Amino acid sequence: MTEVGQAGAGPKAAPAEVSRRARLWRRFRRRPMPMAGLVLVVAFVLLALVGPLVTGDPAAQDYLATLAPPSGAHPMGTDDLGRDAFARIAHGAQVSLQAGVLSTLLAMAVGIPIGLVAGFYRRWLDPIVMRLVDVTLAFPFLVFAVGLAAIIGPSLKGVVLALGFSQLPAVIRITRGEVLAVREMDYVAAAIADGAGDGHIIFRYVLPNCASPLIVQATVAIPAAIIGESTLSFLGLGVQPPTPSWGVMLTTAQQYLSDAPWLAIWPGLMIALATLGFNLLGDGLRDVLDPRSHR
Amino acid sequence: MSLLEITDLQVGFDTEDGLVQAVRNISLTLDEGEILALCGESGCGKSVTAMSVPRLLPPGTTRLSGSIRLDGRELTTLPESEMRKVRGKTVSVVFQEPMTSLNPSFTVGYQIAEVLRRHEGLSRQAAAKRAVELLELVGIPAPARRVKEYPHQLSGGMRQRVMIAIAVACSPRVLIADEPTTALDVTIQAGVLDVFRDLRDRLGTAIILITHDLGVVADIADRAVVMYAGRAVEQAPVAELFARPRHPYTLGLMNALPSAAVNGRLAEIPGMVPSPLSDPDQCAFSDRCPYAQADCRASRPPLERQGAGHLAACFHPGGQS
Repeated sequence: MTEVGQAGAGPKAAPAEVSRRARLWRRFRRRPMPMAGLVLVVAFVLLALVGPLVTGDPAAQDYLATLAPPSGAHPMGTDDLGRDAFARIAHGAQVSLQAGVLSTLLAMAVGIPIGLVAGFYRRWLDPIVMRLVDVTLAFPFLVFAVGLAAIIGPSLKGVVLALGFSQLPAVIRITRGEVLAVREMDYVAAAIADGAGDGHIIFRYVLPNCASPLIVQATVAIPAAIIGESTLSFLGLGVQPPTPSWGVMLTTAQQYLSDAPWLAIWPGLMIALATLGFNLLGDGLRDVLDPRSHR
Repeated sequence: MSLLEITDLQVGFDTEDGLVQAVRNISLTLDEGEILALCGESGCGKSVTAMSVPRLLPPGTTRLSGSIRLDGRELTTLPESEMRKVRGKTVSVVFQEPMTSLNPSFTVGYQIAEVLRRHEGLSRQAAAKRAVELLELVGIPAPARRVKEYPHQLSGGMRQRVMIAIAVACSPRVLIADEPTTALDVTIQAGVLDVFRDLRDRLGTAIILITHDLGVVADIADRAVVMYAGRAVEQAPVAELFARPRHPYTLGLMNALPSAAVNGRLAEIPGMVPSPLSDPDQCAFSDRCPYAQADCRASRPPLERQGAGHLAACFHPGGQS
């Protein structure tokens, strides 16, 4: 009896397993703007991962072609030291991707546990954490990041730490807010009635059901961090020359804006496209993951 | 000795308006394989009484006294870590809301297996196999396929059956069902009640059924306790209760039942439930009772024997003076 049932259900089991993801994907695929965002993000990630392998050394100088306009040898032109702009854009993409992803991961890794504990246990911890978050949020994002970067020192590590910590309050606040809602759900009460312990409830019941807004937050945080990295590097508080970064390239470019405008256009365009891609993707994910839009 | 003995249970909650006494001096017993109905209107304390057994009341604000013994073991003073081993294993609960009582992020099979792995120490594979058997036990067709589905893929009636499968996974001694059929339509209701009856017959599970639906009580319960304003006002085997209701409140509830033979406006019990904040020394129902006399307002009637296993708290049972 059971054997027959299982044999019959075997082939059907696989589609049932993936159906939720498949349905989310189907919903996502139908929307043109999020798909455009996804394409931009994938292109950006490919540029960051594969580009540096193709373009060669970003520090190699071509003394015969300084401030050269785009040509066959230098598809994006060269800068004042004769360095290939395309190679520098590709390597800069790597820096941007690292700054965006690592700082967001840092903020999530630190912020989610704090938000979970504060929201789940409340008591004395919650008001203390939330007042600290309020105080930090009162500082403008950039002022906060500039201050931290100045303290930590100008480097990619400094950028990641500064951007990570400036994203932290938002992550804590979002997590805690979701936890407050989810902990009152009937299924949490049911889990308690089934004898589940706190750790189990937090990681199996609360966290998975808080995930959607956090995923969306990540797609907002990554482009913000990309802009943040460029800004800090532009101001000289981030990645230091000769390491190529889109922000560093902009700093150089502003001196040659009339002679070689392409030097400013490429990094500016890249920052805009990468940011746009993540934002469109995030909007799409928000629509697809929002339980209110289900069916 | 009964399986479950609740003696002199009092439960109150701290609120901004002071202590709200939800349950006052309830004593009741439950035997193995017995289906006991707790009935009464909203706020009468039936859910609070039942939820005191697995201690599922808000820990900070609940004020509880009295004794709850399960198999002779006192539950009210058990440490929380021991209590967790009781919940879901010896005492399980089926909640009212099947639509929202399952974790939307995991398959139903995973959620059933989870309880088995926690309480029975089963391996992942053994628990997954048992989950299929449990779904079959509660009457879900194609269980091997259903275990791999997420809650949103199931209907309300099926989710309620999954909830029941989770609750009975570890063969509990006591199953508390809090209005398990209220959110379901009538045909599904009958099916769910059959599942309960079947579990009682097969596993010997004792069931506390919290309901305000006297039709459900008549259908499935062996014995019923009628509660009013936090107290038990009448308690009797179900056949006896319906044949000879003694307390005027029970009478009023039965008269309020819709009947196919009677047209027109349904009978109702006039007045309002008294506030749980005050508790004057009188019959709490006296203000709404058609048979109330001076003595009802002078002191509180005790629960007195009205027949075999039949208790009622009334000075004028059945309306006699």
